Amino acid sequence: MNRAVFLIPLVVFFTLAAFFAERLVALRHGDAPNLLPSMLINKPVPAFALSPMPGHGGSLSSADIKGQVTLVNFFGSWCVACAAEHPFLVGIKKSGIVPIFGVDWRDDPVKGAEWLSRHGDPYTKIGLDPDSKVAIDFGVTGAPETFVIDAAGVIRYKQTGPITAEVWESTLLPLIKELRK
Amino acid sequence: MTRFSPVLALMLLTLAGAPALAVNPNEQLANPAQESRALALSRGLRCVVCQNQSIDESNADLARDMRLVVRQRITAGDSDDQVVKFLVDRYGDFVTLKPPLKVTTYALWFGPALFLLGALGAGRAFYRRRPAKGAAPGPLTAEEQRRLDGLLKDSS
Repeated sequence: MNRAVFLIPLVVFFTLAAFFAERLVALRHGDAPNLLPSMLINKPVPAFALSPMPGHGGSLSSADIKGQVTLVNFFGSWCVACAAEHPFLVGIKKSGIVPIFGVDWRDDPVKGAEWLSRHGDPYTKIGLDPDSKVAIDFGVTGAPETFVIDAAGVIRYKQTGPITAEVWESTLLPLIKELRK
Repeated sequence: MTRFSPVLALMLLTLAGAPALAVNPNEQLANPAQESRALALSRGLRCVVCQNQSIDESNADLARDMRLVVRQRITAGDSDDQVVKFLVDRYGDFVTLKPPLKVTTYALWFGPALFLLGALGAGRAFYRRRPAKGAAPGPLTAEEQRRLDGLLKDSS
C-alpha cells in the first residue's frame, strides 16, 4: 500500500489546526464571528422620518443626512456601552470634525433627554425610534452602532460597538478623510 | 387506577403548557391564516441579538420588533418570500435559521454527502486490497507437506 496514504490524516490535522489558530488570532484582534457583516454597505441610507426628542431640536429624517460626510449613531439611555462611548462622541462634537446624528433607539424619550442632559449632547439632530422601525431598516443588531455616511447619502461603514480612540484613529477618521476627498 | 389519574392529569397538564405561544397576545394578527403564516415565518427567522433562537422564541426587544415587522409586512400584502427577503436585505442570509441553497453554501449543503461518499470509497478500496478472510488456502508446498507428515508421524 502506498505510504503517502497514511500522511493524509496528518495533513488534514495540520490544515485544521492552522485554520483554527488563524481564527483565534483574528478573534483577539476584534474580528469576532458574532459580529454580522452589514448588508447596507455601499447602499443609500434607507428613507425615514423620525419624531424629534423633546427639547433637542427638530426631527431627524433621511433628507438631513445628505450633502456632507456624517455619522449616524444608534444609542439608548438603557445601553451601558453607549454611556462608555458617549464622552468620545462629545469630544468629536467639540472638535467639529464631523456632524453626528443620533437615533434614540427603543427608549423612553424622557429618559433619553435626561440621559443627554447628564452626559452631554453630541448630536446635531436626534430622532426617536421606539419600535425599531429605522433600526431594522439599518440592520442594527444592538447599541451602540455607528454608520459612516458619505456626502451622497451612501452608507460606507458600520461600527458595531462603542467608538474607542483606537477605532477612531485607525478606522473612522481615515475613512472620513478619504470620503471627503 | 383512581390513585394514578391525578398524577396522569398533572403530567398531561405539563404537556399542554409546552406548545404555548411565545408571541404575546397583543402582537397576534386577527386573521388566523395570516397569524399562522407569521408564526411559521417567525420560527425560521433568527433573532440577531441572541443568534441561536428564532425571533418566535426570543424574549429580546429587537426580536419582538422583528415579529411585529413580519406581521406588518404580511398585513401589507407581502408573500412569505417577500417577508423573508425584507429581513435578508437588512440582516443578510444569517437572519434565516436555515441557510439558503446557493453557490456560496454548496460546500455546506453537499459537503457532508461528499465526505460520506469519500469515506465509503476509501473503505471499499481498503477492504478490496485485503485478501478475503474465507478464501481457501492454496495447496501446501513440498516443504510444508514434509513437515506435516513428520508431525502426524510423531503424534501417532
